[in-house]
Amino acid sequence: MSTEVAPEPVRSRRFKFNWVDGFLWFLRVAALIAIVVGVVGSIQQFADGEGPSAAAWRDLIVSSISTGSMYGLIALGYSMVYGVLGFINFAHGEVFMSGTMVGLISATMLFENGFWDSNPWISILVVLVVAMITSTLVAVAIERVAYRPLRGAPRLIPLITSIGVSFFVQYSFAGLFGVAIRNYPPAPSQLSGNVDILGIPIAGTRLLVIGVAVVSMIGLWYFVTQTKTGSAMRAVAEDKEIAGLMGIDVDKTIVTTFAVGGAMAGVAGLLWALLFRGVDFLTGFLPGIKAFTAAVLGGIGNMPGAMLGGVLLGLFEGVGPQLVLAGLGIPAVSQLKDAVAFAALVLVLIFRPTGLLGERLGSEDRV
Amino acid sequence: MSDRTPVLAFRDVNTHYGAVHILKDANIEIYAGEMVCLLGGNASGKTTTLKTILGYVPPTTGHVELDGENVNGWSTAQRVANGVTMVPENRRLFKRMTVRENLEIGAYLRHGEDLSEDYDRVFDLFPRVKERLAQKAGTLSGGEQQMVAMGRALMARPKVLLMDEPSMGLAPKLVAQNFEIIDRINKAGTTVFVVEQNANMALSIADRGYVLQTGRIVLDDTAEALMANPQMREAYLGDI
Repeated sequence: MSTEVAPEPVRSRRFKFNWVDGFLWFLRVAALIAIVVGVVGSIQQFADGEGPSAAAWRDLIVSSISTGSMYGLIALGYSMVYGVLGFINFAHGEVFMSGTMVGLISATMLFENGFWDSNPWISILVVLVVAMITSTLVAVAIERVAYRPLRGAPRLIPLITSIGVSFFVQYSFAGLFGVAIRNYPPAPSQLSGNVDILGIPIAGTRLLVIGVAVVSMIGLWYFVTQTKTGSAMRAVAEDKEIAGLMGIDVDKTIVTTFAVGGAMAGVAGLLWALLFRGVDFLTGFLPGIKAFTAAVLGGIGNMPGAMLGGVLLGLFEGVGPQLVLAGLGIPAVSQLKDAVAFAALVLVLIFRPTGLLGERLGSEDRV
Repeated sequence: MSDRTPVLAFRDVNTHYGAVHILKDANIEIYAGEMVCLLGGNASGKTTTLKTILGYVPPTTGHVELDGENVNGWSTAQRVANGVTMVPENRRLFKRMTVRENLEIGAYLRHGEDLSEDYDRVFDLFPRVKERLAQKAGTLSGGEQQMVAMGRALMARPKVLLMDEPSMGLAPKLVAQNFEIIDRINKAGTTVFVVEQNANMALSIADRGYVLQTGRIVLDDTAEALMANPQMREAYLGDI
């Protein structure tokens, strides 16, 4: 009977030194010490009047949040697909890229006939709609062609497929649009100034980015929690078989999930254009991987977690190098932002593998 | 009885998993308003019977009828849409969703209908469910979850309610309570088909019963007759 648990193995386990655990503890402690020393060093520098000024810190934080909210919107797609199908759709970065690439075409057309300058808000709205439609269609097409035939296959197989799809989409776009970096027309002049929010001046573009991200997130939250389709999505994520028994069309719901994730990536495509302007066929790669990091950071499968993870990742990579690395005396810290972003991924996996808002994985979900 | 059309019927159904013959010439008829149970031990073919009704397992020969219509070509979704609803074994609620959302999903196929009457019916049967509406289903006790699972199924206004092992995983007291609830649901007009190992309990509330043994229906009689049947008593009931 299971009640006869011998005390021996328990005790011996307690005293047994495990090299992997030891190494992980060493990493945890080292990371904490580096962060504390770095932050203290930066505060020291700030107090000494060295390093960035208060205004520079403020701008850094605002721009980090705006970049982070773009990551968050992309991260939603990773998280939602993981929620219903249980695998990471690595082609999602390309869904984002396709939106911003096709959005560029519409923006260029609007710019060339002068509409971009005369009606900047309508133009941005048009680009937004074009980017959303493109990303949605690409996401749905990928699901239909690449993932649906693999329904029921072990999770590793769609995961590998998604990497293949990712390259396929990238190089299709390279073939269609060329490999050169192309720029969006400059943001409308109305956005170039600063806007005062509670006495804090914030760059107009950044504010628009954050605003669009917040509105999209609220819209998505409403859709998922308050509509019938949204609750069908959550039901399918939890138990496909029973959802089917209740009359929910599981395949249709999975398509909806891809479509909604794609639409959010399309919104992020516009935000990318507003923030960075430059676009090429590889644009989806780094933001895609960072959004994946954000999804893991927030807790994969958890939607508020994806958004939170995005904003936090934006802050880590934007503020982190200046705050921690500069304090450690490392030169040219802003070059290291991508390294910091992915160090954040490693640290999350070491400290809290389920992410900030994630639920504990069942044993069947472990590798 | 035979001049009426059964709500659900098996006509000489045979099923196979690969080369393994599971159901052998199964004939089942369930009429509107009845409570029928299917009894059998492990690996007797009970689960396969349910899967065949729902269309997960196609019959190799013979067919399943709903309201007299051959539904062999129908998808699970079509069958569900035509009034077949199951309360699954171990309840299988959507644990991360609220009780209210679970009930709403039960009524998923009833687009644009007024559900207030159905909610009232569920709350009448299970006043506890009403108190728990805003709670996540995963936080309820086993007994409460069973109530929500039945409420969820009733929200679909099923023509026939399939119950897969309603006694599984519940304390004896809850099992009795559960069967009492099934009885009330049936008395209120819902046709019920219970698949169960606990023969005593099932026969105490059923009108008729079928007994499966290694895929073959070996007994088919009224509940009283089955209770009194010596063969039955020997095989399933033990000493009552």
